[in-house]
Amino acid sequence: MNRVAIVGVGCSRLGSTSRDVSYREMIFEAAVKCYEDAGGIHPQDIDAFVASSEDFMEGISIADEYVPDQLGAVLKPVQSITGDSLQGLASAMMHIQTGQMDLVVASSFSKASNVQHYENVVSYACDPVTVRPLGENPYFIAGLEMQRYLYETGTSEAHCAQVVAENKYNALFNPLAVYGAKTDIEQVLASPQLFSPLKYQDIAHHADGAVVVLLASERKARELAKKPVWIKGIGWATDTPNLDSRQDGWGDAVYARLAARQAYKMAGITSPRHEICFAEIDDTFSYKQLQHLEALNICARGEAGKLLCQGEFSRQGGFPVNMSGGSLGVGYLHEANGLYKLAEVVWQLRGEAGRRQLDGVKTGLAFAWRGIPTATGVAVILSNLE
Amino acid sequence: MSNRQYIQGGIGLSEDDIQQGKVFFAEDSLNCRYAWDMGVAIERYLRELKNGRIIAKSCNECRRIMVPPRMFCELCFRPSDDWVFVQDTGVVNTFSICYVNWDASRIKPGETPHLPAVIEIDGASKGMGIMHRLGEVDPKDIKIGMRVKAVWKPAEERTGAITDIKYFKPYQEV
Ligand SMILES: [Zn+2]
Repeated sequence: MNRVAIVGVGCSRLGSTSRDVSYREMIFEAAVKCYEDAGGIHPQDIDAFVASSEDFMEGISIADEYVPDQLGAVLKPVQSITGDSLQGLASAMMHIQTGQMDLVVASSFSKASNVQHYENVVSYACDPVTVRPLGENPYFIAGLEMQRYLYETGTSEAHCAQVVAENKYNALFNPLAVYGAKTDIEQVLASPQLFSPLKYQDIAHHADGAVVVLLASERKARELAKKPVWIKGIGWATDTPNLDSRQDGWGDAVYARLAARQAYKMAGITSPRHEICFAEIDDTFSYKQLQHLEALNICARGEAGKLLCQGEFSRQGGFPVNMSGGSLGVGYLHEANGLYKLAEVVWQLRGEAGRRQLDGVKTGLAFAWRGIPTATGVAVILSNLE
Repeated sequence: MSNRQYIQGGIGLSEDDIQQGKVFFAEDSLNCRYAWDMGVAIERYLRELKNGRIIAKSCNECRRIMVPPRMFCELCFRPSDDWVFVQDTGVVNTFSICYVNWDASRIKPGETPHLPAVIEIDGASKGMGIMHRLGEVDPKDIKIGMRVKAVWKPAEERTGAITDIKYFKPYQEV
């Protein structure tokens, strides 16, 4: 199989709002940073571009047609993936694996602050006949998931609160993060009940920002990159959309289990906890980080909360998780979530993660979930080893 | 083989069944609102429209004068350079005579057709300008290459929108 490497990463400034720039100007900033990071290449030398977006979030249909200018992709092969940006990354990777292309961009952005009725957008993602007429705020879906996950695994609300405290603390060391804070279990548990057992502090707040990543064939990577980061494995899966018959999918993140299985197989990983050094894992809601850790086979079911409280997933622990601050600390970037997590893994593997740098890391995992009401996840294994 | 195939195991629906609510139907309406950030370039563009003038941005590498303005040149992939005012006159690049309304209804007999046109603005680079509409013109007389000039709303009615220009009308240089 043709090997593919990440040779450039660019991230715009992130913020709870971004009133000073249009999405075009925001993506341009990320693209310039990415191309500069790849040694100062000009987009004329890039073969194709893959953007990930969701029209409802942008308020424009065929949002993909609005991609080219800000990436330098005018009159170039461009396509959009309606999905998390790691699904876009998979597509960009496959472009290169055809053997026809050497340099392909994956990009995504969030202008969440522009969406005035986000709950409605999520609501329109629910089945219009069997779910929407109930008239519930769609975040109830996260409440249902959390309830079942806690019930099946014996995980406590305090375990989930510890996820919030740790991630927001980690975010204090990430200059890009929007929601860093020093908080503790008691404060999180005392935050208002919203969709019980889900509380206000269990939910990642939205942020605006853009991420652009440049992928290269092995030949081109050796020519361009001082520190290429190789994509060793990638996998993605989607569970049934039917909320009424998701079976095991309420308590367990089955999509994550399957995505990881595919990625581990491709990367030749049999013991993820020991063969992977660290991870950036979806934490859209506090419980999701724990549920995902278990589904990704980093630990057994019901173990994640206890290991977390023993410090296993902290900087000093055996398997550091979300050193960036995760979505809870960095901000929830919608379809750009996955690429941001990937960017963090790349920075760590290159030794460029600043004050959050981990020592001697060789292999990292990025995992993204598409958020409610989806049951779609993507796992990517990256390594700085040849 | 007959139409029967399509209703096997079911019952054909009549208009009455729907009118009388004998069959299930769901009605929903979308409520999505966005507060788009215009960004540096389009914000200035709209502000100048409110002032009754058209502003562009230059790229000193490809030497283009770009309307609408943008903070980066999408061809050179570099930041754009200077703010430049351009004329409110130009040339029709292409046009269409539209007998159908926004909602797909046909215009009434005697009504003037809609006249969308691409106007290449004087002072901007060839092929750049404003997507707008024509007015004060007999559709029969519209020609590609025809010279036109903006007809602005009165200053007190302008809001900082592309519709601050009512339309472009034929224009003879004096
Ligand atoms: Zn230029």
